[in-house]
Amino acid sequence: MEHVFEHVTPYVGYVYPNETDFAWSQLIVIYPYITGLVAGAFVISSLHHVFNIKSFAPVSRFALLTALCFMFFAPTPLLFHLGQPTRAFNAVITPHWTSAMAAFGYVAGFYLCLLLLETWFAFRADIVAMSKSKTGIMRKVYGLLTLGSDDVSPRSLAIDHKFARILSMIGIPSACGLHGYVGFVFGSLKTREWWSSDLMPVIFLLSAVGSGVGLLIVLYVIASKVRKTEIADDTMRGLLYVLFTAITVVMVIEGLELLEIFYKAREGVETVRELIMGPIWAGMVIQWAMSIFVLAVTSALLVYDVHGKRLVTWLFLSGLAIMIGVLAMRWNVVIGGQELSKTMKGLLTFYPEVFGRESLFVVGVISVCPYVTLWLATKLLPPWEKSKTAIENASKFSLNKQHSVA
Amino acid sequence: MNKLPSEEKVTTHHTKLEEEAGTLSRRDFLGFLGKGAACAGAFIGAGAAIGAVEAETGKHAFQQNDAQYEEAVNNPPQIPGYNWNDHQWAMGVDTTRCIGCLRCMEACKMENSVQMDANHHRTWVERYVYLEGSNTALVDSQTDPKNIENAGSETKFRFDDRYRHVKVDKAFFVAKLCNQCEHPSCVQVCPTGATFKSKDGPVLIDTTYCIGCQYCVQACPYGARSFNESRGTAEKCNWCYHRITKGLNPACVEVCPTGSRIFGDRNDPESPVSLFIRNNHVQVLKPEMGNAPNVFYKGTDKEVV
Repeated sequence: MEHVFEHVTPYVGYVYPNETDFAWSQLIVIYPYITGLVAGAFVISSLHHVFNIKSFAPVSRFALLTALCFMFFAPTPLLFHLGQPTRAFNAVITPHWTSAMAAFGYVAGFYLCLLLLETWFAFRADIVAMSKSKTGIMRKVYGLLTLGSDDVSPRSLAIDHKFARILSMIGIPSACGLHGYVGFVFGSLKTREWWSSDLMPVIFLLSAVGSGVGLLIVLYVIASKVRKTEIADDTMRGLLYVLFTAITVVMVIEGLELLEIFYKAREGVETVRELIMGPIWAGMVIQWAMSIFVLAVTSALLVYDVHGKRLVTWLFLSGLAIMIGVLAMRWNVVIGGQELSKTMKGLLTFYPEVFGRESLFVVGVISVCPYVTLWLATKLLPPWEKSKTAIENASKFSLNKQHSVA
Repeated sequence: MNKLPSEEKVTTHHTKLEEEAGTLSRRDFLGFLGKGAACAGAFIGAGAAIGAVEAETGKHAFQQNDAQYEEAVNNPPQIPGYNWNDHQWAMGVDTTRCIGCLRCMEACKMENSVQMDANHHRTWVERYVYLEGSNTALVDSQTDPKNIENAGSETKFRFDDRYRHVKVDKAFFVAKLCNQCEHPSCVQVCPTGATFKSKDGPVLIDTTYCIGCQYCVQACPYGARSFNESRGTAEKCNWCYHRITKGLNPACVEVCPTGSRIFGDRNDPESPVSLFIRNNHVQVLKPEMGNAPNVFYKGTDKEVV
């Protein structure tokens, strides 16, 4: 018997002897985090596709690609975490339906298929165009991506649009379901006081929307800077509304959750207090400081009706802040829940591994992967609608060219 | 003999125990464990077989090696004449009798090839001490760093004498193990059904089907489950299923010198456990969880977790 790795987690008070071996590590922190980003990004894409909110048009397809690329990596942390990753599909082949976890393969698989389909419908016209304009191997790649459907008549495009819209509509409850489900995995465990809450799925879902919007704001601003294109003021205002709504509701519900724990003051409530003041104090400070920052900034942006460059700067900072805050919240839930012993008489302090299968290094690599994939995906399927200035520039360029030829 | 990590530093995290016992000779170990350990046999997931094990790998000499484990899992011994519909196993713990000698822990680790470090246990004993004038108990188990330091090793199971110079109002020991619940949370949350409730009571694990997600470890209210990193699967007490199906007592019951652990078939009204339950006021742990445990305690206390 080879020992693969061992943890001995230091503790105070009394904890069950088996608890010193930490069951769910930082990989399980980023799993709901990545899933949350997917849900949030998808919601923005849907606001355009389903509700036809025009201000989200510039980022709609980009949001869809973001959701897809992050969804590719949502199950990865789980695979790294499993003791027997090669048996992962046992849960899909022979699901044990009383387990919340058994549904994961189906929920995630369904959602991934839905995202792939919707992406295809949303990009089909572009794919067809590129399969005709590109040369060499890329021409073949795009040819394959058309799946043999190269009809771009107005009627056909209307059908595309209709399908994308329907898929997007199905996608909204699916995205909510996917993330609400992740919250259920934690909230349904009666064993752990810190998890066992009816509010958990709601908290997970709403913070997911917040972090996803934050991600989109950050990516949209960076992408626009890199591409040297204008940042649409309407879009930023739209994202601001969503972010403000999300952070307000999340903070209220998270506050209620804490209030309930301390107001009910069940056995062991002192230990919960010590958990917050002790092992997860830094996480709690980050989570709440970031939340308050986002709430303050978005409120100010709304009150002072800020537009233009100042809006971009402050909303960018808010986006970053909510991403960090939600990551801290995931840590506080997943790690904090286990740091509070089942005995309610002891507290563990988790120290993550730096290298190894379940380490910060792996977490870092997995966290970077979706961004790299997204970058590649935007190369393959440029999601940006051509802005007016770009079109003007292009036409000027072609005019100049014609002149020079003449 | 190399020092075990626990002998050097007890509370360090990320301790690699790989080299542990690497050079412990077989004789040393058998000498320490006593030579009575002889019962070999296994059920799927029980992972049990000890005895005269050739320590090819140089690891824990008395424990199952990889080949034996594989054999036990792939080719479980047939037990003719055992019908699981005929039995309803149950366990009693008389805390008033427990002296905290921890022979049960030692026997369990040997019998079931449980990992020898302080983070993996199928059974353990908790010590509750009310100091004079105090309304709450101080709790520790053998895995408390001070106890390990005092014993000198994770593989020697002793409580220290830290309360020798203080006035104690009340003190007692409580043995813990899997409660083989009627409504086991671990079975409820297992995504593959690798862990299941057998007809005769014990909750078992099919280690050939477990994916190692550790949801069950999280779900157990009693902290009875652990994770075997080397096998990548969950572990738990199964009341020595390989023994009880042959008419033997679980190892911990067998070695208990004071009769603190009582085992038997509830279908038999004259079995030790049936008599124990009938003749005593018994309680279960954390009844509010709704798991309906099958380990019945006599003489627990408000402080018992």
